[in-house]
Amino acid sequence: MTRNALPLLFGVAVLLLWQAAVVGFDIPRILLPAPTEIFAALIADPSTLFADLNQTFFHSTLIGLGIGCASGFGAALLVDRSPFLRRGFVPLASLAGALPIVGIAPIAVMWFGFDWPSKAAVVAALTFFPSFVHTVAGLESVGALERDLMVSLAASRGQMLRKLQLPASLPFLFAALKVNSVLALTGAVVAEFFGTPTVGMGFRIATEAARMNIDRVWAMIFVVALCGSGSYAIIALAERRLAYRS
Amino acid sequence: MSDTTVEARGLDLVFGDVAALSEIDLTVARGDFVSLIGPSGCGKTSLLRVVADLAQPTGGTILVNGTTPHAARLARAYGYVFQAPALLPWRTVERNVTLPLEIIGLPKDERRARACQQLESVGLAAFARKFPWQLSGGMQQRASIARALSLQPSLLLMDEPFGALDEITRDGLNLRLLRLWEATNLTVLFVTHSIEEAAFLSSRIVVMSARPGRIVEVIESDLPRGRDLDIRDDASFHALAHRVRTALRAGHSYG
Amino acid sequence: MKESRALPIAVALAILLLLWYAAAVALNWTQANGDLLATMSLAKPLLPAPHQIAVEFWNSTAGQRIDSKRSLIFHAAVTASSMLAGFALGVAIGLLLAILLVHVRVLDRALLPWIVASQTVPILALAPMIVVVFGAAGLTGLVPKAVISAYLSFFPVVIGVAKGLRAPDRLQLDLLHTYDAGRRRVFTVLRWPSAMRFLFPSLKVAIAAATVGAIVAELPTGAESGLGARLLAGSYYGQTLQIWAALAMASLLAASGVGAVVLLERLVIRARGGRL
Repeated sequence: MTRNALPLLFGVAVLLLWQAAVVGFDIPRILLPAPTEIFAALIADPSTLFADLNQTFFHSTLIGLGIGCASGFGAALLVDRSPFLRRGFVPLASLAGALPIVGIAPIAVMWFGFDWPSKAAVVAALTFFPSFVHTVAGLESVGALERDLMVSLAASRGQMLRKLQLPASLPFLFAALKVNSVLALTGAVVAEFFGTPTVGMGFRIATEAARMNIDRVWAMIFVVALCGSGSYAIIALAERRLAYRS
Repeated sequence: MSDTTVEARGLDLVFGDVAALSEIDLTVARGDFVSLIGPSGCGKTSLLRVVADLAQPTGGTILVNGTTPHAARLARAYGYVFQAPALLPWRTVERNVTLPLEIIGLPKDERRARACQQLESVGLAAFARKFPWQLSGGMQQRASIARALSLQPSLLLMDEPFGALDEITRDGLNLRLLRLWEATNLTVLFVTHSIEEAAFLSSRIVVMSARPGRIVEVIESDLPRGRDLDIRDDASFHALAHRVRTALRAGHSYG
Repeated sequence: MKESRALPIAVALAILLLLWYAAAVALNWTQANGDLLATMSLAKPLLPAPHQIAVEFWNSTAGQRIDSKRSLIFHAAVTASSMLAGFALGVAIGLLLAILLVHVRVLDRALLPWIVASQTVPILALAPMIVVVFGAAGLTGLVPKAVISAYLSFFPVVIGVAKGLRAPDRLQLDLLHTYDAGRRRVFTVLRWPSAMRFLFPSLKVAIAAATVGAIVAELPTGAESGLGARLLAGSYYGQTLQIWAALAMASLLAASGVGAVVLLERLVIRARGGRL
């Protein structure tokens, strides 16, 4: 417990100091609202909050994340069959992962409309590459001895995959999921900066910022942060239950 | 079936411009315990891999159980024990031993019964539910031997299985392996770089030299069956070890 | 065994290019009234063919004066300046924090969980607010954009370098202890050289993130220059060619950034006899 106490104490101290500074020095609210004001803004309009959450997190983010991870995984399984293709596609995919893919958001709007499907498409494109690269690395991570073992047992390709390669790549799949959960949320929020129906967390942040309602912006950022850390925590928990020690 | 388990004639194996094996003639009779010994790079592991169909010879012929190594592998005629335990870390010890049985599609009850029996024979019955990382290095290697034996093969291929273990653990495992071999009609092909280990275990010792990898001499052991670790203090043991050392020297294996 | 990667990459690229053309034909089919050639020469195609993007890219770079608002080079330079300023700032802060974390125990225990947790927070969502807040404080233009890029690029550096500075094992630290080496000496001869292996991957992530940050930061400002502004303008007017050309330039910018880091890494590797 003492291990958690120190960072907790630090967090509380920052909050208190923040509140005291904003009130004490009378900092303009447009620069920095007090934590209490942010909290008030957070609970002021729950129906809008839930609509935004539903749109951006439960539709754009999660559906896009699902599509991106699954297709990256599938593509990796295909490429794993040919060392030649693997050597060609993996460097390209790693490079693509470093490119500003969110920029396709306006294209996605033209293809899938203003509503959440276009955001989910951006999220899927963003999460595809980490999923692909990590899965390929995982399938390749099997040691030479273990591979020889399966060959000596005359195991079929499917058995090699199911009993050796997939279990061995579990840590890699979780790493991809962790990276992607944050990436997906960012992508869904940012894609809304390029145009959206009048709902969504990214839309809310952009419009409230333009209206100088900084307390509402902070409240929404708090919600986004909660979604991000929440999904990360769930994945980390699942990993601890499923992962093995070596 | 014939009395020969492995029959190699004029076997060559070339990697690029390195001759890993050259003109290997070797006959392993059923029930033999044959050790391959030589300096590193003499091709002893390569020879084992050719027998196991994990490497393809570039010349010569080889028969395993009277068929090609490929057919023998598909028939699961041998069990292979690697330099390292190579246990799958996400499976318990028991489920590591049942892995080969899953691959051939045995029903679950029979898998468990056979695994239980094999773990008993290597003295690991109490550790069936443990994970590999909870076992010592020696115990892990015993588990991997149980895995190799789970298919009840007639031939056991072992590639320096105890090379990474400390000498005390290794002595214990050597004795265990010897008892196991004596109690069954298993044929063992055993790669080692320890003269003492080869002399203690084998019924025949194949001495190899490096660059190119070839057989220098095949030494028949005159030590009795049912020997135990004390035999290593006997004059007969020293004489045998001396013959191996002399053969190694003849193959320019020292320095 | 090191096999050449040039041929597989070329084949993979060719496959992607073919797929792209096929997709372009399929997507533009109705708009081109079923005319195969027309699918690849529409003015506002749903998906432009690769060669159309290349032509547009050429026209808006080589075909324009560099200071023209229609020149992609002009827009790329605007984005690159906030990206590089942000990257430099972010790396400096990241290095400083990492060094502090490794040397001050209390800071490490109090701060690190928050730094790790903050990695799970989509920092880019802050972009509109940072722009507004800085605007209210009288700072516009380069500064807020660079701050957003810096914010994005400092995280990977802190985490990576802190890990690298802790990479030396007990034996190496004990060895220096037997020499009675001080903290500063341990840092210069052991910790910093060990951190190199972790620094470069962090820098690659950081510069890629800085590029995305610089582009996204241009969106809420209603900026008229920069690649992000160019993307936004293209989407307003349905100019798909303009969007794709801007995307190509943005990718080129990010890839050059990563390429520069790789080059630096190669130099360090060469100086160390081929290994990091």
